[in-house]
Amino acid sequence: MKILVGYKRVVDFNVRIQVKPDGSGVVTDGVKLSPNPFDEIALEEALRLREKGIAEEVVVVAIAPADAQPHLRNGLAMGANRAIHIVSDGPVQPLTAARALLKLIEKEQPGLVLLGKQAIDDDANQTGQMLAALWQRPQATFASELAIDGQVARVTREVDAGLETIEIDLPAVVTTDLRLNEPRFIKLPDIMKARSKPLETLPLSDLGVEPGDFIAAGQHEPPPARARGVMVDDVAGLVDALKQRGLV
Amino acid sequence: MSKVLIIAEHLDGQLNPSTAKCVSAAAKLSPQAIDILVLAEQADAIAADAAKIDGVGTVLTVSRAENAQPLAAILAPQVAKAADGYSHVFGPSTTFGKDLMPRVAALLGVGQVSDLMEVIDAHSFKRPIYAGNAIVTVTAPADAPVIATVRTASFPAAGSNGSAAVQALDLDVELPGHTRFVELKAGKSDRPDLQTASRVISGGRALGSGEAFKVIYSLADKLGAGVGASRAAVDAGYVPNDMQVGQTGKIIAPELYIAVGISGAIQHLTGIKDAGTIVAINKDPDAPIFEIADIGLVGDLFKILPELEAAL
Ligand SMILES: Cc1cc2nc3c(=O)[nH]c(=O)nc-3n(C[C@H](O)[C@H](O)[C@H](O)COP(=O)(O)OP(=O)(O)OC[C@H]3O[C@@H](n4cnc5c(N)ncnc54)[C@H](O)[C@@H]3O)c2cc1C
Ligand SMILES: Nc1ncnc2c1ncn2[C@@H]1O[C@H](COP(=O)(O)O)[C@@H](O)[C@H]1O
Repeated sequence: MKILVGYKRVVDFNVRIQVKPDGSGVVTDGVKLSPNPFDEIALEEALRLREKGIAEEVVVVAIAPADAQPHLRNGLAMGANRAIHIVSDGPVQPLTAARALLKLIEKEQPGLVLLGKQAIDDDANQTGQMLAALWQRPQATFASELAIDGQVARVTREVDAGLETIEIDLPAVVTTDLRLNEPRFIKLPDIMKARSKPLETLPLSDLGVEPGDFIAAGQHEPPPARARGVMVDDVAGLVDALKQRGLV
Repeated sequence: MSKVLIIAEHLDGQLNPSTAKCVSAAAKLSPQAIDILVLAEQADAIAADAAKIDGVGTVLTVSRAENAQPLAAILAPQVAKAADGYSHVFGPSTTFGKDLMPRVAALLGVGQVSDLMEVIDAHSFKRPIYAGNAIVTVTAPADAPVIATVRTASFPAAGSNGSAAVQALDLDVELPGHTRFVELKAGKSDRPDLQTASRVISGGRALGSGEAFKVIYSLADKLGAGVGASRAAVDAGYVPNDMQVGQTGKIIAPELYIAVGISGAIQHLTGIKDAGTIVAINKDPDAPIFEIADIGLVGDLFKILPELEAAL
């Protein structure tokens, strides 16, 4: 089985996001970019399936501007066999990403597509579900456990009510939650090895997909600030403060 | 004029309060009609509850054995079909809505507005990005249905004095068999539900064990509060995943939130920013949680919590 892994490049989760003074977006110049944390989990899961002999090949895919090659090399260093860089001029929206991934699926015929449950920049949480719909295949979102047995996957999902288990026929789309696994660290020799692994570049337009501005982003603003509160010295002070606010 | 269809969320025959919150969001559009769609094995009792939500015109029901569990692959084609004639289709931004609505949007060939937090006009909305560190105004095309998930913490539940009509819907759609429900392990709790509780107490990594969470539960019971946790506490196995508060857990807006032994990482704060009053108890005076807390107390939680419980 071949596994296709979504591997988006995003602003690192430790960066303190600043909205540009003119509200046209957030400051991304000079900030650290990293693989989306959920996508590292997706890649880790794919690698484990390969190590168990369930998958033969792991392919990482990013739809990103031309300067994202080192990002894809990163995925190769972590252990992917191949990388596909779908080159876009700017960021693409989830429906565009889903349409592009579908074109790739038609070419690559994977048995499983592993994506993150959400990209931590747009926080959209859409691409996997959209891809599964367009592909007319099952989806198992927010996975915290994945077991594959032949042509069926059993997936435990983190839902508001607890843990839900479903069974899906493959091929299918699975999106990862944080507790699915802990991604491995990349070792120096693997970075060297990654340099000679295949990295294919493919302009988005070659896939016949037009980037659509389905949900147009306008003005950005910082979130409303909460006023700094009071510090109390002891439990009595805390109880007083709560009483003053009518909370106890 | 707008016509809004809201997808009801329910579990074990109970309507989830997220549905009435979606109705509040829809009402901001001043629409011509707000209808609710109930997809269930037996939709009648749930529909009767939905019919009481203020401002609802018609509750549409589809009762089918396949709808016994909320599987997106099964529900989405039905929603896409029922969406015909509506300008807006809203679902809650809970795991139910997040799973379902993008599948519906893709079937309809449109984008989706995730986590709608404010309505500006029929096609413009505000939503958070970057874990709530920026708010962006987005515009959906005027010539296509608007599919959105509603950030439930941003809207109060609509009242329950309504009496909408209930109407069974006959949707002629073929449903796939490729997705099957196996089981739901629900974190059974007698405490108030996190997402609707007016008071919530959360514990973090500082608790150190599941056993130690007893001090949190005990205070929660005294206050009639729901109990949450940071991701670190969930990852460490102290408490189940459904208690996680934050960017990738539950986004909540209680009147009172008490964070105990939680440092205040942005991913956690994004889940509690809409709380009325935030209380932080942490032994580190420089913990970031104090930057947004309304009331802060520096000290050892294991000393403070029993004292606090006794003082209340
Ligand atoms: C993509 C992504 C998504 C995430 N989503 C979430 C999310 O949804 N929710 C979430 O919570 N986190 C989330 N996180 C994790 C987040 O970044 C933090 O790691 C996490 O919130 C830390 O949890 P904590 O505050 O309990 O632990 P810590 O950061 O370790 O803080 C423990 C605190 O307890 C205090 N303390 C220790 N002992 C005592 C004592 N005896 N008495 C009083 N205080 C004490 C310490 O001073 C410290 O401030 C996410 C991270 C990523 C990368
Ligand atoms: N540009 C992209 N390149 C690669 N993968 C992507 C891209 N956009 C979305 N994805 C995948 O879809 C997931 C969900 O993204 P989103 O719907 O934007 O929250 C991500 O975690 C990725 O796995």
